[in-house]
Amino acid sequence: MEISDLERIARDIRRRDIQAVYEAGAGHVGGEMSVIDLLAALYFHVLRIWPDQPKHPDRDRFVLSKGHTACALYVVLAERGFIPEDEISTFLQPYSRLNGHPNCNKVPGVETNTGPLGHGLPVAVGMAKAAKLSSANYHTYVITGDGEMQEGSNWEAIMAAAQFKLDNLTLIIDHNRFQQGASLSETNDVAPFRPKLEAFGWEVTEINGNAMAEIVPALEHRGGRPHCIVAHTNKGHGISFMQDRVDWHHKVPSKEQYELALAELSEAL
Amino acid sequence: MNAPVNTRKLYDCRDAFAATLERLAAENETIVAVCNDSVGSSKLNGFKAKFPDRLVNVGIAEQNMVGVGAGLANGGRLPYVCGAAPFLTGRSLEQIKADIAYSNANVKLVGISSGMAYGELGPTHHSIEDFAWMRVLPNLPVIAPCDRIETAAAVEWAASYNGPCFLRLSRVGVPDLLPEGHRFEVGKANLLREGSDVTLIANGTLTHRMVKAAEILAERGIKARVLNMATVRPIDETAIIAAANETGAIVTAEEHSIFGGLGSAVAEVVVDNAPVPMKRLGVPGIFAPTGSAEFLLDEFGMAPAAIADAAATLIKRK
Repeated sequence: MEISDLERIARDIRRRDIQAVYEAGAGHVGGEMSVIDLLAALYFHVLRIWPDQPKHPDRDRFVLSKGHTACALYVVLAERGFIPEDEISTFLQPYSRLNGHPNCNKVPGVETNTGPLGHGLPVAVGMAKAAKLSSANYHTYVITGDGEMQEGSNWEAIMAAAQFKLDNLTLIIDHNRFQQGASLSETNDVAPFRPKLEAFGWEVTEINGNAMAEIVPALEHRGGRPHCIVAHTNKGHGISFMQDRVDWHHKVPSKEQYELALAELSEAL
Repeated sequence: MNAPVNTRKLYDCRDAFAATLERLAAENETIVAVCNDSVGSSKLNGFKAKFPDRLVNVGIAEQNMVGVGAGLANGGRLPYVCGAAPFLTGRSLEQIKADIAYSNANVKLVGISSGMAYGELGPTHHSIEDFAWMRVLPNLPVIAPCDRIETAAAVEWAASYNGPCFLRLSRVGVPDLLPEGHRFEVGKANLLREGSDVTLIANGTLTHRMVKAAEILAERGIKARVLNMATVRPIDETAIIAAANETGAIVTAEEHSIFGGLGSAVAEVVVDNAPVPMKRLGVPGIFAPTGSAEFLLDEFGMAPAAIADAAATLIKRK
């Protein structure tokens, strides 16, 4: 798929995501806007997946460890054919299978339940290790938030991945520089990530995580070690008044803000 | 039934766990053992020698260990995740909740040296909260075998069961109680001794003490029923309600806090269905003083004679 096609898909996903958050009256729109380009590249170009066979043993594994941005994942899964597109309108509604964090036992395409932070990477290490044990050639991808990297369990998993020589594992850190209530630099500034991951035995690539032309080759890279992509992104990317504003972590747009956001996203098309 | 228990020969149930796991692994190449540096204490040296590639040692990192177990299951492996029970359950409780139980990952959690098996090492190393922590989680059968025979049967059952479970093992020696060839049924208690005056319910290292207590009670003319109830969840409601209706009094004993464990689970069924007098024996909600597991169990009123006394006192309330 062409880079421009992926960019168009990402913009469509942004529009559908912000509509869902606006209509549901809740969501994590800032972190969804930062991660959507990565999700679009993975699901529409990189991952080897079969939406009609979501449990196919040879499928590439993807874990959204920053599970609070589930709405973006649901939109991607719907656009990719894992779930019906019109189901997005049930997001957060009573008895919807699309709750605020993804459920692997209800939503096809979801591999493991995430929500509490620091869980996805250890599970992804297990997935990659399972491939090594069974000589399977699927690849495992996991996206964490940058604030999430403050969780110690991630560093346990980072050590294990290097020890197990998991060259079939790619960690993408959505480095939008903000967590729920503050910037990383104001709380526990775990950045810069590159020297830390390299010291732990990983190969590290730094990219603009909102630039499709940089995302795709980074995701497709294969080396001899576990690979970390530090994806420099903008929280609220694509919507001017949200961009790099910490209060848009889980704020819901007003009607005027929603219409302005849609207009900006349409202009970009 | 009702024959005296031979308590002269005691067995460490970890040996039955290890031997069974190695036998199953020889037949099923998807079986892997995951541990947190606990190769020796989990008795995995034999497994390591036979299947070196299938021992996944994550080092001292229990949160990662449980997450890795979930990922291995996702990738088609059948992991037995082994660690000292206090650290496996306490350190990684959220991973067990989200990655294993809620995700319904086909992972077998094996808590080694549970209860007060690490007696003298103190309360940091005691696991007397794990029944409570584990049994509130949906999708997670909680099982504490009473002897080496039931341990082997439960380890084999776990391999055939498509879903997560928690096996709670000790290192304290226990005699054989169940017949050779016993097949484990989850959620099903075993009647070890028939009786009509009172029912004694236990699991793990307490079951043989209950059998002894019943023998003491028999000498005093009291007929005690003994149920081995390895599965704390799903609890055997049928056996509990029958015990309440037919014997009118129930004593529970466990190597666990009296809050939230087997006794609590039994009491919940009794209160809802057939209220009768009960006595729950266990660790009385304190951090235990220094001493071996056997010493502490005696200290907390779970020597067979003390259990018999508790039962005799309880019967007077019927």
